[in-house]
Amino acid sequence: MKVEFDGMTHEVDKSMEVSRLLQQFSVSRETHLVVVNDRLVTEDHRLKKDDHVRLIRVVSGG
Amino acid sequence: MKCRVCGGEACISLRAYNTALCRDDFISFLEKRVSATIQKYRLFEKDEPLVVAVSGGKDSLSVWHLLSKLDYKADGVYVDLGIGDYSEVSLAKIKQMADRLERTVHVLHVRDIFEKGIDEVARVIRRVPCSACGMIKRYVMNRICVDKGYTALVTGHNLDDEAAALFGNVLYWKDEYLWKKSPLLEAKEGHLSRKVKPLFLCSEREMAAYAVLSGIDYIYDECPFSRNAKSLEYKAILNKLEGESPGTKLQFVKGYLRKVKISPVEPRELSYCGTCGYPCYGDKCNMCRLLERLKSVKGMEFAEYNGGCPDESKAMMT
Repeated sequence: MKVEFDGMTHEVDKSMEVSRLLQQFSVSRETHLVVVNDRLVTEDHRLKKDDHVRLIRVVSGG
Repeated sequence: MKCRVCGGEACISLRAYNTALCRDDFISFLEKRVSATIQKYRLFEKDEPLVVAVSGGKDSLSVWHLLSKLDYKADGVYVDLGIGDYSEVSLAKIKQMADRLERTVHVLHVRDIFEKGIDEVARVIRRVPCSACGMIKRYVMNRICVDKGYTALVTGHNLDDEAAALFGNVLYWKDEYLWKKSPLLEAKEGHLSRKVKPLFLCSEREMAAYAVLSGIDYIYDECPFSRNAKSLEYKAILNKLEGESPGTKLQFVKGYLRKVKISPVEPRELSYCGTCGYPCYGDKCNMCRLLERLKSVKGMEFAEYNGGCPDESKAMMT
């Protein structure tokens, strides 16, 4: 699957749950939303190999 | 995960509320929460002319969109800080929302007034850009309310912004700021507009989800000057606590709101600027000093973008 994160696109081969993907990218569910094929999903969603995933950082401010 | 309301597939889990919701039920949940905040703290009434301080980010565009859905009448105001592409993209997103809502947005271009971007202005007055930006924005946002007759300035400050500010104020015991946090800051007639924060009890994650689920096209990039901001460090600490104990941020801010009622601090005595009438601690406000120092001759002029109007009347007017 393709994973867009922090302005870069990464290839991830294995199918896994969203919570596992967040761990793999060392980000928490509190700071990032996960959008799969343009749909917002929960942490227990099972990702497939051909999914297009976006990790959206929610924290902003200054 | 199943939606707690309809049993369909959930798209967001809300651990602070021990629940999960689908798109429609989440949007409905968030809009009810904002509506309840407006009612509980008596922020404003249905027929008041409001103006939203918009930045192009998720919170300000979402609150503008949300107020419109709840049938409030709100225009926008944007301060273009002249930070290259970042400011241009932000303004494009704001105009897009103005078109969608068919509302006007007032725009003040910092470069038009000072012939400098915010970083150069900050250098002249020996402040960091965030400090100069805050000073100019506070002044401009207030000015648009006083000049155009808006009864309240709406900002997109969310639960995480408030929790981070509170955390910093407690950490360093900043008494002068500590007891000033509220969803509603009252007006000083003729001088200072009422400021309201309808998202006070909505988390940053909830607001980002609301923007994504409502198809709000916001700017994802951060202001390049905010990268090392203290508030981001505080948010990281609070989010770590939230991850381990869901609901921590909400408890922190709600607990503060309960305590603030019994812990008033006498405000410092204010005077008013002899040139423009803005509240200040001397005979002249910081903005008038800045205009003088940079020998600005143009003064404070807003451009106007009328969203949703035919092309010929849409152009920026001053």
